[in-house]
Amino acid sequence: MKRAVLSCCFAMGLLLLAPSLLAQQAPAASSLASPSTAQKSDVSKEVNDKLAQLDQRVTAAQSAGDNAWMLVSAALVLMMTGPGLALFYGGLVRRKNTLAIMMQSFAMMGLISVLWALVGYSLAFGGSGPVIGDFSHAFLRGVGVDPNPDYAGTVPHLTFMIYQMMFAVITPALITGATAERMKFSGTVLFMTLWFFLVYAPLAHMVWGKGGFLNASGGRFPCLDFAGGTVVHISSGVSALVCALYMGKRIGFPKQPMPPHSLVLSFIGACLLWVGWFGFNAGSALAANGLASSAFVATHLGAAAAAIGWSLAEWFKNGKASALGAISGAVAGLVAITPAAGFVRPMPALVIGLSAGLFCYFMVTRVKALFGYDDALDAFGVHGAGGTIGALLTGAFAKEIVNPIFGPGKPVGGLDGHWSQVGNQLAGVLIAWGLALVGTIVILKITDLVTGFRTSEDHEVEGLDVTQHGEEAYYLES
Amino acid sequence: MMKLEAIIQPSRFESVKDALREVGIEGMTVTEVRGHGRQKGHTEVYRGREYTVDLLPKIKLEMVLPDKLVNTVVDTILKTAKTGKIGDGKIFLSRVDEAIRIRNEERGESAL
Repeated sequence: MKRAVLSCCFAMGLLLLAPSLLAQQAPAASSLASPSTAQKSDVSKEVNDKLAQLDQRVTAAQSAGDNAWMLVSAALVLMMTGPGLALFYGGLVRRKNTLAIMMQSFAMMGLISVLWALVGYSLAFGGSGPVIGDFSHAFLRGVGVDPNPDYAGTVPHLTFMIYQMMFAVITPALITGATAERMKFSGTVLFMTLWFFLVYAPLAHMVWGKGGFLNASGGRFPCLDFAGGTVVHISSGVSALVCALYMGKRIGFPKQPMPPHSLVLSFIGACLLWVGWFGFNAGSALAANGLASSAFVATHLGAAAAAIGWSLAEWFKNGKASALGAISGAVAGLVAITPAAGFVRPMPALVIGLSAGLFCYFMVTRVKALFGYDDALDAFGVHGAGGTIGALLTGAFAKEIVNPIFGPGKPVGGLDGHWSQVGNQLAGVLIAWGLALVGTIVILKITDLVTGFRTSEDHEVEGLDVTQHGEEAYYLES
Repeated sequence: MMKLEAIIQPSRFESVKDALREVGIEGMTVTEVRGHGRQKGHTEVYRGREYTVDLLPKIKLEMVLPDKLVNTVVDTILKTAKTGKIGDGKIFLSRVDEAIRIRNEERGESAL
């Protein structure tokens, strides 16, 4: 009788396993079905062995699913930098600077990837200090196929490392939107290297690292940043503003017309960014689970609502909804939903997106003109502004039912009645702004002394493609 | 021999070309050009920055014609390139002293 009940339990348990295990299931089931083969063996030992095996297989099945999604997500996030951002920015510059701006994004795919493997990953995710990590994972020591339970307990540590690497790659590339058409390549390489160590690595550790003082689980100011509103967008956007102010305007700005040379390229780039962002936000669930679905939906709705918001503002103001406006709005919405994606329900995601579309339109068209800074491709107006409004609205709209990050039953954001979370978000925003401001000023001074930051006037007029890289994007005679 | 240069609306080019073929014109040189006469340009807005685009795309036809064909060609272009709106373009005629076919060094109207 007892054995029959156990057999039933086994059969049910095995039926719940992933289809990939069907092959192993057959012999297990047949040995249970024929008790004669196990007549003399110790029944309880056999049961324990089977349970352990089952447990192992369930873990393996979950890891297989999560790992597949996380590897795809890592690739999607890389696609955001190249070709996504490279095309988006590449189309917005004048034709003589096309390759230079694309190369600035591509250079990060090389440079930051290597720095990340050498020490960057360890500085961001090693140790448990409040401000920065340590060197315990330098040269990827101890980063293998066994999961790191501190961050992602179901996927290989290597997967978590490479996924986070792609975030580190795109963040400095975003800054090049503000310095476009006048920044030296040597200066870019030095600036980005220093910026990665002084701004990105510490901020990533503070917000996401174990023991970080802005970490949502256990930090001094528990700051909700699901996929990098603070770490990626505020940091790069505010640094972009500092760079634009420090460098000054492009020659001829704002009198000389500088329209985008190919909105077709920008359009393709923006659409690739939108798709890649699913890896960025839904991947930040670090598993192929319900939270990933929730973040995926919020991301899409945020982008859609923001595209509508920006377009409506333009339609109202200029009488026409432009393609550039629609894609700029979508990117602004993706930025703003980034910190919120894994904390909010679909309807608040629409509100966040719509607000971001309108707010970033206002920042890019009005505020920039009012102050007269030359943020060439609006890295601050979209990423700095969108990241800030997104971080604050995350505090208002986060729900325990979506992501009980403070523990089961504990309120998360304003909609749960925990309005002081908006204050925590503000603390995170201010610290990110402060670090980006101070860090960037220091780095700019160093870069200016060592390599110089801005090209000569002659080079700027001739174009960066020829003067920085010795080639042209469009060679008409060939 | 006369040289005819006509600046026309790009949207009319295909009709002009077909009509010219019907009256027996065998050769022409066509360039995409930008310019403006009395026609005003339009405004484009990129992220709130307004640009006035006053050089507009046009098509420039060039052909050298034997004297007896000039009137027919001018009439044909006038008829087919006209939309009646400002910006339809202009026709310029000038005398040509000599024409030489590079292949066999033929000269004069027979080189056309």
